Amino acid sequence: MAGSNPNAKPMNLTLKVWRQKNRNAQGSIVDYQVKDISPDMSFLEMLDVLNEDLLRQGEEPVAFDHDCREGICGSCNLFINGRAHGPEPGTTTCQLHMRKFNDGDTITIEPWRANAFPVNKDLSVDRSAFDRIIQAGGYISVNTGGTPDANEIPIPKEIADRAFEAATCIACGACVASCKNASAMLFVSAKVSQLALLPQGHVERKSRVENMVAQMDKEGFGACTNIGSCAAECPVGISLENIAILNREFLAAKATSNNLA
Amino acid sequence: MSWITKTFSSSIGRKIIMAVTGLFLCSFLVVHLVGNLQLFKADNGVAFNAYSEFMGHNPLIRTLEIVLVLGFGFHIYEGLALAAKNRAARGNQGYVVDHIEQNSSWHSRSMALLGSIVLFFLIVHLYNFFGSLRFTDVPRDANGNEDAYALVLAAFKNPFYVVLYVIGQVALLYHLLHGFSSAFQTLGLTHRKYTPAIKFIGYGFSIIVCAAFAAMPIYFFFFK
Repeated sequence: MAGSNPNAKPMNLTLKVWRQKNRNAQGSIVDYQVKDISPDMSFLEMLDVLNEDLLRQGEEPVAFDHDCREGICGSCNLFINGRAHGPEPGTTTCQLHMRKFNDGDTITIEPWRANAFPVNKDLSVDRSAFDRIIQAGGYISVNTGGTPDANEIPIPKEIADRAFEAATCIACGACVASCKNASAMLFVSAKVSQLALLPQGHVERKSRVENMVAQMDKEGFGACTNIGSCAAECPVGISLENIAILNREFLAAKATSNNLA
Repeated sequence: MSWITKTFSSSIGRKIIMAVTGLFLCSFLVVHLVGNLQLFKADNGVAFNAYSEFMGHNPLIRTLEIVLVLGFGFHIYEGLALAAKNRAARGNQGYVVDHIEQNSSWHSRSMALLGSIVLFFLIVHLYNFFGSLRFTDVPRDANGNEDAYALVLAAFKNPFYVVLYVIGQVALLYHLLHGFSSAFQTLGLTHRKYTPAIKFIGYGFSIIVCAAFAAMPIYFFFFK
């Protein structure tokens, strides 16, 4: 294979995978053996190999979410060996390569665990709670019509950079999965600070944070205790500073918005 | 529900209650510690008893005592309630393999446990001193002040209390090591210039305050 490491030996692995038929079924860990795994494979390709084996044996393949496999869509949410997206920092599951593991390893693969993220099947969880939080206020309203001129609203580079950093959140849910409180505050704070930094976000600034936090609570996520697991596990490096900004935005909005309800 | 109750029943609002009451209780620790340092004065408790008499009867202090009880009450209630809510948010099925120790510190994850140990200590502590001074007739010293110093002497000759008090302070130390800077983060007070200083002061505060409090039972047990 072009670009592959000629010294890399294929690996044999034991997988302990969470299997669960549907949302209401009782799940459990099932052991599988996978053989001849190339160290150049991504973690998802390794699971593809497992699923091909299972299909050949007439068994139900393991359901897991994935889409772009380039680390930008945030779909591939697996809890690998006790860590969200596995043990590598700043990495999504699809960008985790099998060379980070050793021949003969046992790898435990579980779905995200949070009341607000119910397991659909096996390793696939329902993260629509995030969509509903975004629907509650994670947007800006713009007038329809012609395309506005670029740079019509001047934004200093420093502000644009900070907003962009917050905007890199891919909504994978690793923050919720790794938080002992299943708190979604890192996710919510990334969107709130991104839009609070930009002039386009100022129109709905107060109602946005009020509504997004209300929806976050309604979905049943926990409260933040500042332990920092979320930021440590975030594949794109969203910083804890955003949660402080969220708290500030929330308090300021509650104190000064015209919303009496 | 009015906007105020809604604010303070939201997850962020409840964290703000924890932060504000927590920092208020830190200020109480300073006052309590400064007063109690008089225990180390070699006057057989004359100054400490006078201070204790003042604290027990001054109307301003008695009024602030109510605020203090409210501070403790909110901090304890919200702390326990949030811990239960957060545990429930994780769901019934936890991870089979969880290496959370690789991404966060033990004491930051154990605030409810540490707080509960401090609460147990607090109850025993109130029973030892506050209860006796407020609700029973305590013998008076030569200056006519209630002899709180004698209560301290008696309590800290009991090895059970000495060990419990030291454990209470160790739990408080770890509680504060996370709690102090965490409160500032919750209040949105972070800045790359000041946050390192807040963390440093928090560590210094926690160590100095808890070491000084823990020194009291040890000093009385071994040297009095």
